[in-house]
This record gives sequence, C-alpha cells and structure tokens, in this order.
Amino acid sequence: MLATRALSLVGKRAISTSICVRGGHGVAKVDDYNPLPDVQFVTELSAVQKSLKEKEKGSWATLSNEEKIALYRISFKQSFAEMNEGTKEWKSVIAGMFFFIGMTGLVVLWQRKFVYGPVPPTFESEWKEKEVQRMLDMRINPVEGFSAKWDYENKEWKK
Amino acid sequence: MHCGKYIKSQTVKLCIVVLHIDGIRSPLASRCYSHAKVETDEEFDARWVTYFSKPDIDAWELKKGMNTLIGYDLVPEPKILDSALRACRRLNDLASAIRILEAVKDKSGPHKDIYPYLIQELQPTLIELGISTPEDLGMDKL
Repeated sequence: MLATRALSLVGKRAISTSICVRGGHGVAKVDDYNPLPDVQFVTELSAVQKSLKEKEKGSWATLSNEEKIALYRISFKQSFAEMNEGTKEWKSVIAGMFFFIGMTGLVVLWQRKFVYGPVPPTFESEWKEKEVQRMLDMRINPVEGFSAKWDYENKEWKK
Repeated sequence: MHCGKYIKSQTVKLCIVVLHIDGIRSPLASRCYSHAKVETDEEFDARWVTYFSKPDIDAWELKKGMNTLIGYDLVPEPKILDSALRACRRLNDLASAIRILEAVKDKSGPHKDIYPYLIQELQPTLIELGISTPEDLGMDKL
C-alpha cells in the first residue's frame, strides 16, 4: 500500500500499473515491460513493405535474411540489443567528478596561501628535536612504544 | 502486497502465541500459510500452452499473452514458446516470433545457459516454420 501510494506520487501512475502487482497463482508480475507493443512501429506501409507482408503469409523459409529483418523493422522500432544499449553518460559523470575535485583542489591551494596564517612554532625542526629529546628523557612508552625504540647506550635509534 | 503483509503478520503473531502455549513444535502442516490452491508448474505450463494453441487466436491475444508471460518472474518452458511461435505462424507474424526469442533471451538475464537450451529444444519448430533466430540475422549485435 505504501509502495503504490509512493509510486502514484512519483510517476502519477494508476495503482493498477504499480510494479509490485501480484500476477495471480503466486507468480510475481511486472506491468511495464511489454516486448510486443500494441501498435506496430511503421503504420504507413510502402508498396515494397506491403508486398513483403503478403509474402509473409506464405512459407517463412522462402524469405531472405534481409526480408526477415525488414519485417522485424516494420513492427518494432528497436531490437532488444538496441533497446538495452547503455548510453555514454558515465563518461560525462566521471569527467564532471574530476572537474569538481580539481576545482576543489584549487580552492584548497588558494586557501593555504591566502587564508591560513603561519603554522605554530612547534612544527619547526629545531623545536621538534628538543621535543623528541624531552620525550626520551621522560622515558615515554619505554616498554613497547616510543622510548623502547631508542638505544640509550649508543644514543641512536635501535636498528 | 503491503496490505497482505499487515494481515498476515497478525495471524502469524497469533499462531506463534498458540504454538508457545502448546509447548511443542507443531509440524510443518499447521503453519499459517494461505489456503489458496497453489498451481503446480505443470498446470501453469499446460494453461499457457492451451492459451497459445487456440486455433483462431487473434493478434491482441497473442500480444497480451506474451506480455503477461514475459512479465512473470520466470523463463517460459520450451513447450509454451513452441505454442506461441505456432500462434505467430497462424497470424502470419514473423516479427513477433523473432521478438519472442529476443525476449526470452533477455529474460534469462545473467543465466547464459538458458537461451541456448531453449533454442536447442525449439530447433525442430524453428526449422519447420522457417523462423530465424536473432543471432542468425545478426540482430543480437548492434
């Protein structure tokens, strides 16, 4: 009930053509997929097509492949292969994605240059060296972590 | 379908309560399924073969039958397709015959072994009626 109400809002379809119709006898059914449309594609037949239609009343084995294809094309606009063919839309989508990611990258670079102030002094290498020395002096994580990797005898990092 | 769900869940809840009161696991036969008669696969097939076998079937009935059949969540058995192809012959409609073959191939979806099996089973009929498969005509390619 919820599904059909949602569909009638989205697609303005009658409830009888909702996708979740039960086909009776416990078989699920879809109403929108019709391989044999009501009206044939070509309504006004040319003389050639009319004579072909007459030939169709006889044995089909006498028809050539081109004639069979021509008969198919009278009734149907596209073959299944043509109907199911994907578009090339995905290329546009990926291109768009890269474009906007690139634009965002430019914005980020600009921000770094013109918006953000300098980075704190604690990031300078001289400061960092003193910081590491202090941590080693304090024996930070001496068992398995930071100081455990420092060789206090030889004053270097353990190999 | 969702209406049915609400009603069913009430009955299911009731049945679960009853089962717990009994204190025993009731056998499968007493599960709370609908009492409608379920059609067997053979009955389904026979019904559709009969539908397409109607001698004076008209174009609308053929289209309606095929569209309905293709709407089901299954690939029709060769005997149903045979009956449908013969109906196309009675209606002098080769295009629909080819279309039916395309449709069942499409219906098979990812199961690529179904269509060759169907063609193999239908081969005598295809030869008899002079129906070319979409592959013969190169229509399966773009």
